[in-house]
Amino acid sequence: MSNGLRVESLTFSYGSKKALNNVSFDIAPGRFAALLGPNGAGKSTLFGLLTRLFTSSDGKIYVAGQELARNPRQALGQMGVVFQSQTLDLDLTIRQNLTYFAALHGLSGKSAAIRIDSALERLGIQDRAGEKARGLNGGHRRRTEIARALVHNPKVLLLDEATVGLDAAARQSITDHVHQLCADDGLTVLWATHLTDEVYDSDRLVVLHQGQILADGECADLRGDQTLKDYFLAKTGGAE
Amino acid sequence: MMRYLTALRAIVLREALRFVHQRERFIAALVRPLVWLLVFAAGFRAALGLSIIPPYQTYITYETYIVPGLCGMVLLFNGMQSSLSLVYDRETGSMRLLLTAPLPRGWLLFCKLLGTTAISILQVYTFLLIAYFFGIEMEPLGYIAALPALMLSGLMLGALGLALSSFIKQLENFAGVMNFVIFPMFFLSSALYPLWKMAESSPLLRDICAVNPFTHAVELIRFALYLEWNPWALLWTVVAGAIFMALALWGYDPARGMIKRKG
Repeated sequence: MSNGLRVESLTFSYGSKKALNNVSFDIAPGRFAALLGPNGAGKSTLFGLLTRLFTSSDGKIYVAGQELARNPRQALGQMGVVFQSQTLDLDLTIRQNLTYFAALHGLSGKSAAIRIDSALERLGIQDRAGEKARGLNGGHRRRTEIARALVHNPKVLLLDEATVGLDAAARQSITDHVHQLCADDGLTVLWATHLTDEVYDSDRLVVLHQGQILADGECADLRGDQTLKDYFLAKTGGAE
Repeated sequence: MMRYLTALRAIVLREALRFVHQRERFIAALVRPLVWLLVFAAGFRAALGLSIIPPYQTYITYETYIVPGLCGMVLLFNGMQSSLSLVYDRETGSMRLLLTAPLPRGWLLFCKLLGTTAISILQVYTFLLIAYFFGIEMEPLGYIAALPALMLSGLMLGALGLALSSFIKQLENFAGVMNFVIFPMFFLSSALYPLWKMAESSPLLRDICAVNPFTHAVELIRFALYLEWNPWALLWTVVAGAIFMALALWGYDPARGMIKRKG
């Protein structure tokens, strides 16, 4: 059974407008895959479907070998998600936020506390666990959300434009960190972004444009001699 | 099973913590029924004569009459306010977080409902306590008997809010709900005037009041506060609650996609 993420012929429409058209990709376990697409490419729709916010009858999604439509709970249990909009309860402390999330995944008491400590440590924010989320800057809020997404030891981590609204330093730090997580822990990562500098040459690159996959492969191979930015602009018709 | 209870406890606890952090909201929610009780009712006392109707066994003041209705008001406004926060949560994302938990969506929504209802009930009892100090007393055991009635009514009204929240696309539309749901529900009920009084002015209005689930929730609370049994009101409240919950589940069903939004 694969621990990766597989999407097969996924199609989705809002009324008569097709938001995703026959999208397929297969991310091997332990790979960092960047889902690169301009705004409106269909990334958020894809995330909505991957997280089962809504479903489509056209196409299939497998999370760590579990088909999302058939075994939604098992599939969701293997998935950590960082949403584009921030989802922390600002009046609660970091630890309370993570405890709440752990409980939603059936973890409580000592086992939850151990996992929370370990997740906070991985993201380097363990010394701030008692602080209220409101007091954190954007970068640390994001780190908290990533730590939270890892509490239940998921096999697949999805991040939807996780660096949106952050300054350059925080953006770089978060991007590096998630790459590191992928390398160290064998986590399968799907990183949606519209910013080419967040994609490394060794990453798997999936280019999404107008609801369709335009390119899929190793980033270095795809871009060749061009910079990724030029490659991306040429592919998407300068839509960035 | 343990997973279900762990999630339930966490969701209810989160509501409780939110409540602790939003004391202003708690006070504001209390001021509303108290203004009605201490200002509106005082003014109407002279204008409205009430005869003896069940569950009352003697003549009562208007203030006494409207207390159960105002308990219902707290539940109604809170139920709607929590659904307002759901629409807001959905826009900001914490609802998404809840819905990606590996548990049946119906259970997650029910936990949320239970959490907000528990907080509402706390407000109702605070209101009843203040009313008590102003001399409006119920049967001592009535305060306990009212608990299941308040719970059921709160769940029913919360489920209505939940159903509405799944159909409202944007936060801005919520003002419309206030005008077209909360106010008619409150005024076209037995909360402020008994139905026979309504019938005197318009039989049609009385009939509308009689089918309003809020009327039955209020009557359920009223009878319970006086240790009387009202199976008809109970049935209405339970059936309405089940219908609203089914609508909410339908609205939040990922395949129906009422919460689909443009990506």
